Amino acid sequence: MTGGERGPAAVPPIRRAALLSVECLEAHHGLLHAVRGVSLRLAEGEKLALVGANGAGKTTLLRALAGAHPVTAGTVRFDGADVTRLPAHRRVGLGIALVPEGRRLFPDMTVVENLLVAGRHRRPGPWTVDAVLDAFPLLRPLRDRRAAALSGGEQQATAIGRALMTNPRLLLLDEVSLGLAPLAVDAVYDSLTRLIATGTTVILVEQDLGRGMRIADRVACLLEGRIVLEGAAADLTRDEVTEAYFGLGGAGGAKARSTAP
Amino acid sequence: MIWASVIIQGVLLGAVYALFACGLSLMFGVMRIINLAHGDIAVVGAYLVWIVATRAHVSPFLALVAVLPVMLIAGYVLHVALIGKSLRGGQLVPLLTTFGLAIVIQNSLQQIFSPDVRSLGAAAGWITTSSWRLSEALAISWFGVLVLVVAVVVLGGLDLFLRKTGLGREMRATAQDPDAAELVGVDARAVYARATAIAVATAALAGAFLAMRSTFEPASGPTQLIFAFEAVVIGGFGSLWGTLLGGIVLGVAQTIGGHIDPQYSILAGHLVFLVVLASPRGRTLAARSARR
Amino acid sequence: MTTTIETARGRYAVHRWSRLSQVAMASVALIVIALALVPYLLSTYATEQLTELFILAILAAMWNALAGYGGLISIGQQAFIGVGAYATIFLTQRGVPPYLAIALAAVVAGILALPVSLLVLRLRGGQFAIGTWVVAEVLGLLIALDHDLGGGTGISLTGLNIYPPADRQAYTYWFTLGVGVVLLGLVFVLLRSPNGAALQAIRDDEEAAASLGVRVEAKKLMLFVLASFGCGAAGALTLANTLFIQPQSIFGVSWTAYMIFMVLVGGLGTFEGPLIGAVAFFAIQHWFADLGAWYLIGLGATAIGFALALPRGLWGWVEHRLHLRLFPVGYRLEHDASAVCQATPAADPAPPA
Repeated sequence: MTGGERGPAAVPPIRRAALLSVECLEAHHGLLHAVRGVSLRLAEGEKLALVGANGAGKTTLLRALAGAHPVTAGTVRFDGADVTRLPAHRRVGLGIALVPEGRRLFPDMTVVENLLVAGRHRRPGPWTVDAVLDAFPLLRPLRDRRAAALSGGEQQATAIGRALMTNPRLLLLDEVSLGLAPLAVDAVYDSLTRLIATGTTVILVEQDLGRGMRIADRVACLLEGRIVLEGAAADLTRDEVTEAYFGLGGAGGAKARSTAP
Repeated sequence: MIWASVIIQGVLLGAVYALFACGLSLMFGVMRIINLAHGDIAVVGAYLVWIVATRAHVSPFLALVAVLPVMLIAGYVLHVALIGKSLRGGQLVPLLTTFGLAIVIQNSLQQIFSPDVRSLGAAAGWITTSSWRLSEALAISWFGVLVLVVAVVVLGGLDLFLRKTGLGREMRATAQDPDAAELVGVDARAVYARATAIAVATAALAGAFLAMRSTFEPASGPTQLIFAFEAVVIGGFGSLWGTLLGGIVLGVAQTIGGHIDPQYSILAGHLVFLVVLASPRGRTLAARSARR
Repeated sequence: MTTTIETARGRYAVHRWSRLSQVAMASVALIVIALALVPYLLSTYATEQLTELFILAILAAMWNALAGYGGLISIGQQAFIGVGAYATIFLTQRGVPPYLAIALAAVVAGILALPVSLLVLRLRGGQFAIGTWVVAEVLGLLIALDHDLGGGTGISLTGLNIYPPADRQAYTYWFTLGVGVVLLGLVFVLLRSPNGAALQAIRDDEEAAASLGVRVEAKKLMLFVLASFGCGAAGALTLANTLFIQPQSIFGVSWTAYMIFMVLVGGLGTFEGPLIGAVAFFAIQHWFADLGAWYLIGLGATAIGFALALPRGLWGWVEHRLHLRLFPVGYRLEHDASAVCQATPAADPAPPA
C-alpha cells in the first residue's frame, strides 16, 4: 500500500478525508463530450499520474479541476469545500495551481515578471522568487530574459516555478515533457522529483508511461473521457496500462478495474 | 517659415489626438476590442466639465479634477454592466454593444443639452488665447504646449504603470494570455474593468481639452473616435509612445492639408491613414495585432 | 436528402429539409407572385412604402451575409450605398436610361469593393469595422467636393421624370422586388452550397477552417463583393424611391445603425432573421420616428439589449427553442440520449483503523 505508511512519525492510518474529491464530472468542448463521468479521490500528499492517448480528455479534466474549463455536471470538492463553480483565480487562492499544457508563459514578460505576477496572489508559504530560482538554478542567469526567448526546458522550469509561486496544496502538471529534448525532460523531472519529495499533492498528466509510473503513487488511465483503469503504480504492470491506454480488451469501459489504494 | 508654423500646429493638434487615442489603444491592447463609443464618452467628459464649471463657477481645469475620478468609476461600472458581459459573447458582440452605446449616448446628450455647439475655451481663460511668439510668422499656443505636456505625462505615466507596478504587470499578463493569467490567480475581469476605467478617464480628459481648444456638441464623438483610431494605426498597435507619434503624424497631415485648402484637412488625415494601412508596414501591424 | 448513420452509440440521422421548410419554400413562389401584383391592387403610397421595406430587407440580408456568415462586422457599408446612388446620378447625367443606370451602379459598387477589400480585408474585428467606416467617410467627403454631383447640398434624379409618378413608383417597386428576390436567392444558394458550410466555418473559427483547406480570404472577398453589390443596389433604389440625396445622409453611419438593429433583432446568422428584422424596423420607424432623439436612443438600447440578452435575435430564438427552420440552409442532427453516470461509492484513501 503506497501513500499511507511513511514511518512512525507519519499520520496514523485512520480515515483521512480526501483533499480532492471528484464525482461524476462531465465536461464538453462545444459539442464534444470530453470528460464523461469521471470520479476520483486524492489524499493530501498523494501523487496521481493521469495517462491516456491524445484526445482522451486529460487536459480538459485538469483544466476543469483548475477552474479554467466549465463543468457540465458533477462536483469537485477541495478540502471539503465545493469548488465546482469557483473561477480559476479563486481556486488559486485555495491552493490549486495548474501548469498548463504548452507552458503558456507571458511571452513579452521576463522570467522574474512571470513569477511576480503569480506572486501577487499567493497563499502564505515558502515559495518566493528566490526560492524558485534556487530550486531551478538554470533560471538564475535568465531572470531578466523575455520568456519568448527561452528554450523549451527553460520555459518549462519557469512555468512550474510560476505555479509554485502561489504556494499550492495541489499541483496539476499537464504534459511537462511535451516538446522537450530528452535531456531537458530529465532536468525537469529531476527538479520535479525533488519538489514532490517535499509532500506536495500532485496530479501529473504524462504521455511517457515510464516516467509517469515511476514518479507517482497511483495511476489512472483515461480513454475517451472515462477512467478505464485505476490503481497503485506498484500494483499495475506497464502492459495492463498500455492495454487500457489503447482501449484494447473491450470497448471503453468494459474492462474498468479499480483497486482501492 | 509658414510651413514651420503649420507643422508645429500639427504637432500640438496631434497631442490632443494622442490623448484621445491612448484610452482606445489601452483597451485594444488589453481586451482586443475597439470601443466604438470611445469618442462619445470623451464628449460626455466635456459636458460634465462644462456643467461643473458653469454651475460651480470654477475654472474648467478645476472642474476636470472633480470629473476625472467620477469618470474613472463610471468606466469601471461601464465595464461590469456592459462591456464585460459583451466580451463573453465573443469578438463581435462588443462591437455591436459599443456601437449601440454610442448611439444612445449621442442622442441622450442631444436630448439633455440640445444640439447647440459649445466651447470651454472662454471659461479656460487666458491660456487658450495666448501664445509664445517666436518670430514674425511663428507663434506657439500655450494651450497647445500644455496639452502636449499633459499627453506626454499621461502616456509616460501609463507606460510606467504597466512596466513597474504589480497591477500594471497583471494587466500586461492578462493582455498577453488571459487564460494563463487566471491560472496564476489574476482576476481577468477585474483587470479588464480597470483598463476600461483608465480608458474612460483619459477619454474624459481628452474631451475636456478638445472642448477648451475648440468646440463640442453631442455629435462630436464619432469624428474623434475615427481620429483616435487613425492615430493608433499610424503609430502602431501595442505601443503607447507609438500612439503619441501616430497622433502627431495625423495632426501634421491634417494641418498641412488644411493649409492647402480648409476642405482638405480631414481628408488629408484619412488619406495618410489609408496609405499607412496599404503599406507593407500596415499589413504586418494588422497581422501582429490580430494574433492573440 | 436524409442520411442515416448507425454507430455503436445509437443512430444518427442528418436532415436538410423538414416538412415545414418544404411548405415554406412552396409558399415563397406564391408570395412573390402576390407581391408582384401589389401595384395593381394598392395605392401608390403603399407601393412606395413596400419599396422602402424591400430596400431595408436587402440591406439587412447583406449585412447579415457579411457579419452573420463571414464574421465581418462592417460599419462602413454606407460607402457602397452612397456609391450606388451617386453612380446612378453620374450615369443618368451621361444619358444612360435610369433603370439601366441603377443596375450598372450596383455593378460599379461591386467592382469598387475589390480595391477597397485590398485595404480593409487584411484587418480583423474592430479594426476592420473602423477601416470600413473611414472608407465611407472618405468617399462621402470626396463626393461632397464634386460640384457636378451636387456637392454638399445634394442632387436629384431627374432621369425618372419621363414616367408619370404612378408608373414610376410601380417600375421602381418591381425592380426592387426583383433585385431583392435575386439577392436573397443568391444568398440562399450560397448557403446551401459547400460554400455555405465553409462560410460558417470561417465565422466560427478562421484558423481551424483554413487548416481544413477552406480558402478563407477568397470566401471573405466573395461575401464582401456580394454585400457591396447589394448595398449599391439598395442605394441606387433608395435614390429611385426618394429622388433626392445628399452626401451626409447617403454616406451617413445611420444606415449601419439600422442594419445592425435589423439583423440583431431578427437573428444574426440566420436566413429568416434579416427579413423579420426588416419588418420590425420598418414598423418601429413608422410608429416612432416622430420622437426624434428618443427614437434613436430606443433603437440603440434595443440593439444593446438584444446583443446581450438575445444574441440569436427573434428568429434565432424561435429556431433554437422550437427547432423550426423555414428555409433549409443548414443541417439538423438527431441523436438518442446517452447513459447516466453513477457516482461509484469510492473507498476512502486509507482504511479505517
